[in-house]
Amino acid sequence: MLIRNMHTYDIKSSEITPKSAYFSRRRLLKSLAGGSAVVAFGPYALNNNTSAATKIPNLKRTKWTLKSLGESVKLTSYDDITSYNNFYEFGTSKGDPKRNARLLKTRPWTIIVDGHTENPGRYAFEDLVKFDQLEERVYRFRCVEAWSMVVPWVGIPLANIIRKLGPTSNAKYIAFETLADSKQMPGIRSRVLNWPYVEGLRLDEAMNPLTLMAIGLYGEILPNQNGAPIRLVVPWKYGFKSIKSIVRITFSEEQPPTSWNLSAPREYGFYSNVNPEVDHPRWSQAKERLLGGPTNMLGFVTKQPTLMFNGYTEEVEGLYQGMDLNRHF
Amino acid sequence: MATNQQFYWAVKFLIWLLAALPIAWLSWSILQKTLGPNPAEAIDRFLGYWALVFLWITLAVTPLRLITGLGQLIRFRRLLGLFSFFYAVLHLFSYLTINQFFDWVAIWEDLLKRNYIMFGFFGFIILTILAATSTTTMIKRLGAGNWNRLHKSIYISAILITIHFIMIRKGFQLEPFVYAAVLLLLLTSRFKLKHRRSRKRKFLSLKK
Ligand code: HEM
Repeated sequence: MLIRNMHTYDIKSSEITPKSAYFSRRRLLKSLAGGSAVVAFGPYALNNNTSAATKIPNLKRTKWTLKSLGESVKLTSYDDITSYNNFYEFGTSKGDPKRNARLLKTRPWTIIVDGHTENPGRYAFEDLVKFDQLEERVYRFRCVEAWSMVVPWVGIPLANIIRKLGPTSNAKYIAFETLADSKQMPGIRSRVLNWPYVEGLRLDEAMNPLTLMAIGLYGEILPNQNGAPIRLVVPWKYGFKSIKSIVRITFSEEQPPTSWNLSAPREYGFYSNVNPEVDHPRWSQAKERLLGGPTNMLGFVTKQPTLMFNGYTEEVEGLYQGMDLNRHF
Repeated sequence: MATNQQFYWAVKFLIWLLAALPIAWLSWSILQKTLGPNPAEAIDRFLGYWALVFLWITLAVTPLRLITGLGQLIRFRRLLGLFSFFYAVLHLFSYLTINQFFDWVAIWEDLLKRNYIMFGFFGFIILTILAATSTTTMIKRLGAGNWNRLHKSIYISAILITIHFIMIRKGFQLEPFVYAAVLLLLLTSRFKLKHRRSRKRKFLSLKK
């Protein structure tokens, strides 16, 4: 099973970046720079605007494999993951981000760290994400619009970054902010939301081993439309919590504002845990359409039941002990 | 007179062509699987969108007639309205089949719990009544006055559908408001133009 999947996965990535191109680029880089550190992560340095994806070397395997999601589960295709995106900074229809995100310049990329932390400052994103610690994690991804995907992310646990940044004892929450630059992001010109997009987690949620800072998918660095160069992935919450293209991390004492909650407080709560029992005014959350998943006799995807905490109950239910999840939706 | 008749058929042909294009494009895209990763959503939206566009075109007939003075235009209004109904039926059908796959419990809950579905539903009910009473026999049976009064409810339907459209879009999105603005223009212009025309008529009759 695993072997077969790795096989298809290899074919997929070589389709995107032919191996030959990849190697010649690395060779070119070697001759340019020479330093071994640069060679190891050469592709990052070289690939300024990531139109062609680049394979990430030395990924650590984790227990969050495709197999861990069940025997019959398949990865959502690279094409689907990268052409069907909610990233309103690039436009509101699902195909807009892929069309428009090429304008985004992801190198150099600076992240401001502030608030209740021992190490505030401006960090190059490569300083926060240790490239030699990158892992692959296959997670379910559930959008609040009742569709879902299965995505092989590449990243490091957010907990690793938080430990390095050293939040003080006052830090109870962590807040994130997406870039909001109308020159690179045409969607910013329309006031769909109040830009910049902001999100947040309780610190213990952020420290949970499941919470990932992703910089890639399908073994390659993130395409811009998926939130390059660095995004959050919180698999037990609705997709909009997994904020993209992060430029600021703030440790705070108070619960931080979050964009969709500000836009429609009745519809989107701070927690936004995947919960089939708590209905949304627009979409029933009882079921979901797994894109690329099993189809019915009409040839369309069959809706399947949504799992509590998107199937991650064991890992996260401790976080919400004694909380009324109907009220804290 | 012959040219008049030719004009009539030419326009009719154009309307049929215009109405056939979206559904032809959609069928082709379904067969070619070019509707993206979530074809069910794409189909649903596409059909809803064209039902709305034809409804707006239908509502544009009278203002256009008043502006251009082409009284003939009224002869195409019924056809345009029926095409709006046609796409609305397909929109509802795709919701029941492709989207919900006959999950009647989920459909019932949607209707009760999701206000935007409720607005779409009542908009659809009105369109159905209007389509059912659109035949010449029904006009005769109801009498012109009653029939006219009944068919004024197309405005209510259009308003309900505008709300349906606005509510579906997340955040503040411009597109449904553009259609709302066009609707407002169509409704107000009709009254303005009628008013002006009746004033002109009065003026002319005074001169006589
Ligand atoms: C019982 C009646 C109706 C039901 C159940 C219904 C259902 C829906 C649903 C579920 C969607 C959302 C599709 C999605 O985003 O996945 C939608 C969108 C839409 N519907 Fe309806 N609808 C109904 C009647 C109508 C009617 C009568 C019209 C117009 C004449 C209409 C026009 C639209 C439009 C314009 C959209 C939005 C398309 C877009 O976002 O681009 N609907 N409808």
